Amino acid sequence: MSQWLAMGGYGAYVWASFALTAAGLVWMSLAASRARRNWFRNEDEDQ
Amino acid sequence: MWTWFHRLASPPSFFRFADRLAPWVGGLGFVLLAIGWTWGLVYAPPDYQQGDAFRIIYVHVPAAALSLGLYTGMAIAGACALIWRMKLAEVVMLAMAPVGMVLTAVTLLTGMLWGKPMWGAWWVWDARLTAELVLLFLFLGVIVLGDAIEDPRRSARAAAWIAVVGIVNVPIVKFSVNWWNSLHQGATVLSFGKPAITVDMAIPLYICLLATALLAAHAVLRRAQVRLLQREARTQWVKALRAQELGALP
Amino acid sequence: MKSLRGIFRREVDLLRMQVLDAVLPLAFYLLVVMLFAFGTRANDPALAGLSVSILWVGAVLSALLPLPRLFASEFEDGTLEQWCLASTPLVVIVAIKLFAHWCLNGLALAVMAVPLAVLLGLEGAGLGYLALGLMMGTAILTLLGGLSACLLVGIPRAASVLPLLVLPLMAPVVIFGSGAVRAWQLGADPAAPLYFLGSLFALSATALPWACASALRNAYD
Repeated sequence: MSQWLAMGGYGAYVWASFALTAAGLVWMSLAASRARRNWFRNEDEDQ
Repeated sequence: MWTWFHRLASPPSFFRFADRLAPWVGGLGFVLLAIGWTWGLVYAPPDYQQGDAFRIIYVHVPAAALSLGLYTGMAIAGACALIWRMKLAEVVMLAMAPVGMVLTAVTLLTGMLWGKPMWGAWWVWDARLTAELVLLFLFLGVIVLGDAIEDPRRSARAAAWIAVVGIVNVPIVKFSVNWWNSLHQGATVLSFGKPAITVDMAIPLYICLLATALLAAHAVLRRAQVRLLQREARTQWVKALRAQELGALP
Repeated sequence: MKSLRGIFRREVDLLRMQVLDAVLPLAFYLLVVMLFAFGTRANDPALAGLSVSILWVGAVLSALLPLPRLFASEFEDGTLEQWCLASTPLVVIVAIKLFAHWCLNGLALAVMAVPLAVLLGLEGAGLGYLALGLMMGTAILTLLGGLSACLLVGIPRAASVLPLLVLPLMAPVVIFGSGAVRAWQLGADPAAPLYFLGSLFALSATALPWACASALRNAYD
């Protein structure tokens, strides 16, 4: 397990890039979905 | 075919179409991403040259391909918006810009994280890297211009011009940086030794590529929906939808 | 024909009334070069090696200064609306306007670059290649900036948005323009990069005035 996490000595680079991509992709989808859901509610408050 | 196309181009039917499609596209995207990443990180064999560092390919290459694809798509939608004044094309173009910018930023950052252990440098002024950086600024320009003007249609068409002018420039940037790199010979030329990819390395890459494409499509659909709602806030179909939506909310 | 000369004259007269507007970019250019020199060690010979880059970036930034307000006075006094309705095609009017602006701004900066280059230790035929490159480079910048100014006409934030739109597209121009001088410095043929720059200029000069005209009409729909 710890050998797998070490990624042959490149662990820091590999995990950092996967974590970064995960954050990017999750934010990309969730922000878009949230914007669609919230629009109706915010519009309701505006009026 | 054409009647179907015309019906889709009308805002309410596009909205309903996106509502039906988006959850499946997004869900499938996340499932495939989980499969692709597990395969790539656990089961794919390490590269004989790059060792385990090559696994960054599973995040870097899909993001890079999609960032270029989204820019191309954005420019095509922009051209449609300028030539045929299609409302839906404007909306889709503006929806693609932030998604493309996230993927471009991911491409640049994962590229740096890959470059450091492989070439020993976080960044080199190479044609591909520079073109990707210029892409980031072009996306930013479209985003800023798309909201800079009060009249949304004028704003969208202005952004479409930048998208179209930008796509002509990306190959020129690539060519010029290649020329620039060739000018001073004797400087160390970095070799971008492509990892010879085997089948058990390639299949997870294709899965990741498809997953990223689906997630990008999901985000574009959702963002396009919001843009449509903003544009059409005063129309009957949005009012009816709002009543229905607020009734359904807890 | 007469009306075309009129547009050109109008532009020159406007600038004669506000001489400061014409001189300001030149003073800015001098200041940028001065600060770059102070950023290095005193009498650092490395400065001569970077001089081409400094001169190009300085010229691009200086030429950028007046661009956000390129069509501002026409927009405010309603001339722009008349242009859209005029019998002369809008694209011709815009092209002349951009040409006049380049004569008073870009050309002056290209000439100004020569004494500045001497200050930074550049000599000989390189000065000529620098000025020639800058003439085409500022022309391309005027065309690209002109399009952005047309897109942003009447927008208060134009001044902060325009550089973001224009500067990424200037990368090839700076590469070929400064590349010509560096090729000469390395003993290579500076003609190739100048031809590349020329083809970029030809491309922008044929396509962008039409884009500008369409963008201006967009503002009045």
